[in-house]
Amino acid sequence: MDIILQLVLNGLAVGCIYGLVALGFVLIYKATELVNFAQGDLMMLGAFTCYMFIVWHGFGYWTAVALAVASVALFGALLDAAVLRRVLGQPQFAVVMLTIGLGAVFRSFASITWGSEIYTLPTPFSARATMVGGVSVSHEYVSIIVGTVLLCAVLYVFFTHTRIGVAMQAASQNQLAAYYMGIPVKLMFSLIWAISAGVAAIAGVLLAPVSLIDTNLGFIGLKAFAAAVLGGFGSIPGALVGGLTIGLIELYSGAYLPQGFKDVAAYVVLLLVLAVRPQGMFGAVGRKKV
Amino acid sequence: MRFAFKTSYAQDLGLFRDRVQRNAYIALFLALLVLPRLVPEYLGDLSLVFIYGLCGVSLMVLAGYTGLVSLGHSAFLGIGAYAHVYFAQDLGVPWVVAVALAAAVTAAAGVLVGLPALRMTGVYLTIATLAFALIIQEVFTRWDRVTGGLKGKPVQKAVVFGLPLGHEVGFYFLCLAFLIAGLWLTSNLLRSPTGRAWVAIRDSEVAAQSMGVNLAVYKTMAFAYSAGLMGVAGALFAHKIGFLAPDIFSVLLSIQFLLMVAVGGLGSLHGAVYGAVFVAMLPVVISQARDAVPVWLGQVFAVFGREAGRAVFSLVDRFVKQPGLEPGIFGLILVLFILFEPLGVYGRWRKITLFFSTFPLYKHATFKRQKSYMRSERLR
Amino acid sequence: MTFFEAERLAINFGGIRALDGVSFRVDPGQVFTIIGPNGAGKTTIFNLVSRIYDPSDGRLTFCGEDITRVSPHEIPRRGIARTFQNIELFEHATVLQNVLLGRHAHRRSRFVEELLFLPRVRVLEIEHREAAEKVIDFLDLQRYRDSLIVNLPYGVRKVVEMARALCAEPKLLLLDEPSSGLSVEETEDMAFWIQDIRTLLGITVLMVEHDMSLVSAVSDRVLALNYGRPIALGTAREVQDHPDVIKAYLGG
Repeated sequence: MDIILQLVLNGLAVGCIYGLVALGFVLIYKATELVNFAQGDLMMLGAFTCYMFIVWHGFGYWTAVALAVASVALFGALLDAAVLRRVLGQPQFAVVMLTIGLGAVFRSFASITWGSEIYTLPTPFSARATMVGGVSVSHEYVSIIVGTVLLCAVLYVFFTHTRIGVAMQAASQNQLAAYYMGIPVKLMFSLIWAISAGVAAIAGVLLAPVSLIDTNLGFIGLKAFAAAVLGGFGSIPGALVGGLTIGLIELYSGAYLPQGFKDVAAYVVLLLVLAVRPQGMFGAVGRKKV
Repeated sequence: MRFAFKTSYAQDLGLFRDRVQRNAYIALFLALLVLPRLVPEYLGDLSLVFIYGLCGVSLMVLAGYTGLVSLGHSAFLGIGAYAHVYFAQDLGVPWVVAVALAAAVTAAAGVLVGLPALRMTGVYLTIATLAFALIIQEVFTRWDRVTGGLKGKPVQKAVVFGLPLGHEVGFYFLCLAFLIAGLWLTSNLLRSPTGRAWVAIRDSEVAAQSMGVNLAVYKTMAFAYSAGLMGVAGALFAHKIGFLAPDIFSVLLSIQFLLMVAVGGLGSLHGAVYGAVFVAMLPVVISQARDAVPVWLGQVFAVFGREAGRAVFSLVDRFVKQPGLEPGIFGLILVLFILFEPLGVYGRWRKITLFFSTFPLYKHATFKRQKSYMRSERLR
Repeated sequence: MTFFEAERLAINFGGIRALDGVSFRVDPGQVFTIIGPNGAGKTTIFNLVSRIYDPSDGRLTFCGEDITRVSPHEIPRRGIARTFQNIELFEHATVLQNVLLGRHAHRRSRFVEELLFLPRVRVLEIEHREAAEKVIDFLDLQRYRDSLIVNLPYGVRKVVEMARALCAEPKLLLLDEPSSGLSVEETEDMAFWIQDIRTLLGITVLMVEHDMSLVSAVSDRVLALNYGRPIALGTAREVQDHPDVIKAYLGG
């Protein structure tokens, strides 16, 4: 019984990370129809930046987090303005290749700037746990779950209750119509990139204490694909639910299936979903008109 | 300016546009025959160019002609390599038969991926093939009875029809022969109804279907053919690297193959080969540049005094010796190509030849792409 | 034997009944036109005939055979070819390649033969090419033969699409708004071509069209639809003067 609860907690925490990275995919996809293969690498940059502010420059944890998220978000906006805006409306292939290329550049940048060592991020929650009903609740895992919930609440309010959030939604649903309504579409896209990169950075910061920081941290982005696809790729709640599902499946297959299944569980789910129900749990089927 | 006057329909079916082009290719072939004598130190790299060329052709069929962008080709290469080594070494099957079996096994794997892929479009397919590659890599790690697992599997030298082709010159010609065969077979397909059906699927599935193209059959066929070619390339690749381990066939390799077709120029076999030359030779160039560039820069800055020169030298030297630099350079080149030359090297080559052959009448607008608003691919 | 007949065709999209009880017959050698305001379900009929959609109800018969459940890629093999309202050409291929793809329904070479490009494939390819060249001559496309579609103006693309459909040597040709986006002169040319297709090539034409001058010039029978229901059937003159048709177009 305890082991099951423990797995649920850990699975939810891991799932939150997948969900956050998937959320980043979905935000960008909804707005610009680009699938950002570099999302995981943005997360990696977020974790490294936070580490740098804490350990190299001696900032406090919260200041460092704020600085890291802000700088990665700014970087995301600049990236959109300088690079990604140019490929809007080009075939998917070009975009996929572009973001893959960017991801490689980021990894290379990280390994040159921060070296190829493996770091641990010191946090106020590190290595502390509370026993709740026979289950050891690690504070790091709780911080991930709480952080995700808070972030989602903020994003929800932002997208539904603020003028700028609604304008963003409009811009993603119909670029041209939004433009005619006087919405600065380019600015909105840059903002969405900023938000998405910021979310990735937060995911990185939350993940860093339980994982380790190295340049390959971004490969978690691949598992987040599974989350995004499971949720329907266009649906924000779907991304989170997908992330949680993948997290749970992964931990359970690690516990109950033969060795090796844990690492590929997410991909097997991804393939199954794509083969059986390509629109995911929350997606709608669309059909091109001829 | 040179015109190719056509007098019969059969002329359009030839492999070469006209006699000039054919002669150019014959000259190239002759040059490749004598190349081993001229640059013996680069033979290994050249064999890799040929193997990558085969990989490029394989991915070009799928991504460039059928429009199915796959990130799973590293897995196909791996399946081909492991299958070949398993058949040739563990079961003792003759070399040629082992290659054929490897191609068949890989093609079957291609069908296996292709069937569920029928329901997916665009980037979903890319993601699915990516997942496939990651799963297969795990299979390579775990199935150690066949693959040797993490310990890896040494590969013996190739012996074809009792002829040992292990030495570099023999292997060079072996790879060249396979590349030429692959190019020939593929261009045969591309000038027949099958190739046209593939292009049709790439540009408009719905129109292809209402002209009688069975989408399921042709997409699966493209997957199988592409995977089969990759299987052959895998067999050669196994001999080239001499030792198989699961982490060789990582997603990064798939990305390199995509880089090949993107940089070479999507939708042309020339592009596949140019891309292969590029991707296989770039590490060679980079490693030479690593030694040369700091020295040059040091000499240039030595103008401002010996101290400045030495400082620049050590700074640049430290920078370029960073281990993570090479993938970054690959990535950067990819980004620059997508942004500034989406038609790839082959596109640039065509622009240059057109400029000279129509001089002084070249219009910049010939290759201008229409500026488009976001064209939704969501509803395909 | 019935040449082409649609009986009580119906289809639902979500909760909307896009077509409801549409029946009509096309006799060989006719030009049969479907008209109606936007959203009346004209193109939906085409998509049902070319089997892109599955009808919720009803039956399609072609040459005495039920084609309601035939796979979409089988349709051209039965002798039905179509064009599209918004042009679905293979944009990064040449006109010639596009037109040759129209021959796909007549592919007789096998994969392995093509892989080795055996002499038989060469002979068949030349046959395809001759058929394609006939269509290119017929529609005056010679000078565009080797241009990529992306570089062609809209009007020419429309003609190329028709050429591709003709290349399939259909018995029944579906033309979806052949005159949309064309200039007045191009529309006149289109009228002549449609008449030639019927009289010279002996192909029956089923067409969706808005331009009434083109409709009256070429149609033998006209069916008017509104909100997925047939409201009038007859000659162009009769349908144009039908009170329900006038009401559907002018409101009231």
